[in-house]
Amino acid sequence: MATKLIPVSRPPALLTERDADKTPVLECIDLGITFGGLKAVDNFNVTIGRTEIAGLIGPNGAGKTTIFNLLTKIYQPTHGTILLNGKDIHDLNTTQVNRAGIARTFQNIRLFPNLTVEENVSVAMDSQIPYGLASGIFHLPSYRRGEKVAHERAMELLSIFHMENFAGAKSGSLPYGAQRRLEILRALATNPCLLLLDEPAAGMNPSETAELMENIRTIRDTFKIAVLLIEHDMSLVMNVCEGIAVLNFGRIIAKGSPEDIQSDPAVIEAYLGKKKEA
Amino acid sequence: MTHFIQTLISGLSLGSIYALIALGYTMVYGIAKMLNFAHGDVIMIGAYTGIIAVLTAGMPPVAAVFLCVAVCTLLGVLIERFAYKPLRKASPLSVLITAIGVSYLLQNVALIAFGSQQKAFPSLITLPAVTVGGISIDGITILTLAVTAVIMIALTLFINKTKLGKAMRAVSEDKGAAELMGISVDRTITMTFAIGSALAAFASIFYGMTYVYIKPTTGAMPGIKAFTAAVFGGIGSVPGAMLGGIMLGLIEQFSKTYISTLWADAIVFSVLVLVLIVKPSGLLGKTVREKV
Amino acid sequence: MEKIKKSIPLNRDYVTLAVVVVIYGVVAVMLYGGGLTRQVSNMLIPISVYIVLAVSLNLVVGLLGELSLGHAGFMSVGLFTGCLLSIALSSVLPMPVRLPLSMIFGGLFAALFGFLVGLPALRLKGDYLAIVTLACGEIIKNIITNLNITGGALGLNTNAIYSNSKKLLPYAFVLVCLTILVMANLKSSKQGRAIMAIRDNRIAAESIGINITYFKLAVFVIAAFFAGAAGTLYGHFFANVKAASFDYNMSIEILVIVVLGGMGSVSGSIIAAIVLQALPEVSRAFGDYRMLVYAIVLILVMLATNNPKVKLMLEQYKNRKNRRKGAGKEET
Repeated sequence: MATKLIPVSRPPALLTERDADKTPVLECIDLGITFGGLKAVDNFNVTIGRTEIAGLIGPNGAGKTTIFNLLTKIYQPTHGTILLNGKDIHDLNTTQVNRAGIARTFQNIRLFPNLTVEENVSVAMDSQIPYGLASGIFHLPSYRRGEKVAHERAMELLSIFHMENFAGAKSGSLPYGAQRRLEILRALATNPCLLLLDEPAAGMNPSETAELMENIRTIRDTFKIAVLLIEHDMSLVMNVCEGIAVLNFGRIIAKGSPEDIQSDPAVIEAYLGKKKEA
Repeated sequence: MTHFIQTLISGLSLGSIYALIALGYTMVYGIAKMLNFAHGDVIMIGAYTGIIAVLTAGMPPVAAVFLCVAVCTLLGVLIERFAYKPLRKASPLSVLITAIGVSYLLQNVALIAFGSQQKAFPSLITLPAVTVGGISIDGITILTLAVTAVIMIALTLFINKTKLGKAMRAVSEDKGAAELMGISVDRTITMTFAIGSALAAFASIFYGMTYVYIKPTTGAMPGIKAFTAAVFGGIGSVPGAMLGGIMLGLIEQFSKTYISTLWADAIVFSVLVLVLIVKPSGLLGKTVREKV
Repeated sequence: MEKIKKSIPLNRDYVTLAVVVVIYGVVAVMLYGGGLTRQVSNMLIPISVYIVLAVSLNLVVGLLGELSLGHAGFMSVGLFTGCLLSIALSSVLPMPVRLPLSMIFGGLFAALFGFLVGLPALRLKGDYLAIVTLACGEIIKNIITNLNITGGALGLNTNAIYSNSKKLLPYAFVLVCLTILVMANLKSSKQGRAIMAIRDNRIAAESIGINITYFKLAVFVIAAFFAGAAGTLYGHFFANVKAASFDYNMSIEILVIVVLGGMGSVSGSIIAAIVLQALPEVSRAFGDYRMLVYAIVLILVMLATNNPKVKLMLEQYKNRKNRRKGAGKEET
């Protein structure tokens, strides 16, 4: 599982052997953002394969979530390029980026607490349910058809995490772990080609985390999508990710397979070393 | 030219009244993060207090001014204590509705106590008009401008130089952190209401002396316009409220003189809408980035 | 199979609609049978208009979660444009054609203004948006007051189209039902979900591909349409209408109805509209004190509903009710 380098003109990839399709889903070239003179992210170069599970790790404040915000255009990058499926997403806004194929979860959960669990999932299918505002207001026949499809798909997605029985509950009333899982389903409902997970295992116990690991693999295999995750739980990252980038002070300090990362002196110094002491 | 300068001066005078009221809105917003809809009605109560003090009780003007300030300050503090304090953790909309309720309450208390007929505000002081180079300026206008200038300088010094001012700024930045630093958030909020209402008392006196007639609904329109001024200048910003108030007064006065009295309100509000579309945080307000 | 049927949920709002239809039926029997006093029958049209205003504003405040203080402005636009058309057509078309046509015309004009006012809403939120909608309402009032065609400050003479409760009730009934139906339908559609998602978490809504611009404008346009149509109807109930009556105080009055009725709740808006419209009439005995009572009630209700103890009690009550519902489901 050694990291393979793709041609020199491109940044080194996190691509792995097991990838049948080697065309990258995402390429970040010299990506960076400056907040009032401070370089929060600088010179970020990463390529993610079409069905790769990649990890982004680093100490708190290293700029990991900022990268998610750049990829989803919540922040506009001050320099660099993001290519999604080979296309520059510079002129797209958050909504358009999602429709182009990037879906995400949030570190501090952002569900729609007053909507039901099912609605939280089906609301994410907005662009896939084919009926217009007039149909919505007057409940024309296309409304009925569209809602049926939405319901079936939502239930199908909920079944991934065995949440069908909570479909009618307000999402705000769910326990913490279930809220995190629901957020993943909501992101999946937008039909992405790249799923960004921001600390999916935060607040979960070891058995829940183990289950989540399996789920992430299952999701990748069934939906044939790429996953990029930020996580502090090293067991999860090292087990599930095929390629890892380590970030410190907004810069990549190491990149490679889990084995490479674990033996990288820079990483141990910046990150894992501290962890051992604690 | 004479016409222009006269308009300019009466615009400044109106603007300084708006600025005094706007300061109350902006300080309360900055610290309690709420829109005190009843603020305009505190001015109305202040004006009635002045009328009673002088015409009914026969108090000397200086005593009347003190009474006016005392009544408004107390009223502001009481409103905060009984209507807003229990709602510290409530949704902004609940607080707004409560403030609207307080506004109705004050208007209707005044209606019952003083009747719907307008009453004339006493001339507390007779100042001779000053004539400079063929331009005659009303004595009251000069007084308004002078006192407002002094109040604004004093307020700026208070906020920037004193310990209490520093506490106010700290609370407006981060309530939690301020509390941990040993600042009493409750006391600071009470004090903000007190200062804002005291400023409203001065506004009520100048308003009464300039526009004379007072009704239970007198406070509403200047209140709305002053709030507009606060938003215009960037709500939460003290210099913004001063600038916004003066600008709004000037815009209103110039529209009245050079365009039409009938269209003045539409022009004032259109300027506000345009400013907010171009710069949503107001002239001097800070844009806050939402943390994701 | 059972499950697919459930995908079209039996919304509480449809029950509300049914109840409203029954109530109008009863009222109609009493009105046309002569069983209503003049005082009560004179309240029917204003109450209907306020129901439409409150339910449509609830779309903005309750569903989209934005504060609008300019709803009376939209109503005013609809009232004057609709009534002007109605006056122009008064000798040409009979009322059953003329009034619906005017209401649609007034509604469309108001919707146009809703679109224009909605534009700043794309960049602003919270108190800033509230003050801009208030400003827009005042601008509308000012413009209408200064135009010759609308009768200026003296008001528009609507004698030519003036009508009474008996004649207007069927139109009011249709408008009220239509407003409730649209609100209920919207809430259970994908568009309604998207709008509520924007309210609950704007950033998350954007990140799942919801077009915020489109939905915000749609909400303002739909709400303004109904306010405008209600305005046209309202204008037919008077012999003279002045733009000055539709100022921010009226917008606030509508907002109070929405908040007291419960944000997003259609039945709440309807009940609050009826109570708050009828209260001043019924409480004439209070004389001068009636607005004072109104203000005190408003403050006390807000204080009570935000009191932690009262909140806890409500929560417990709700939970108990839900649990009972859940238990019932398992049995069937």
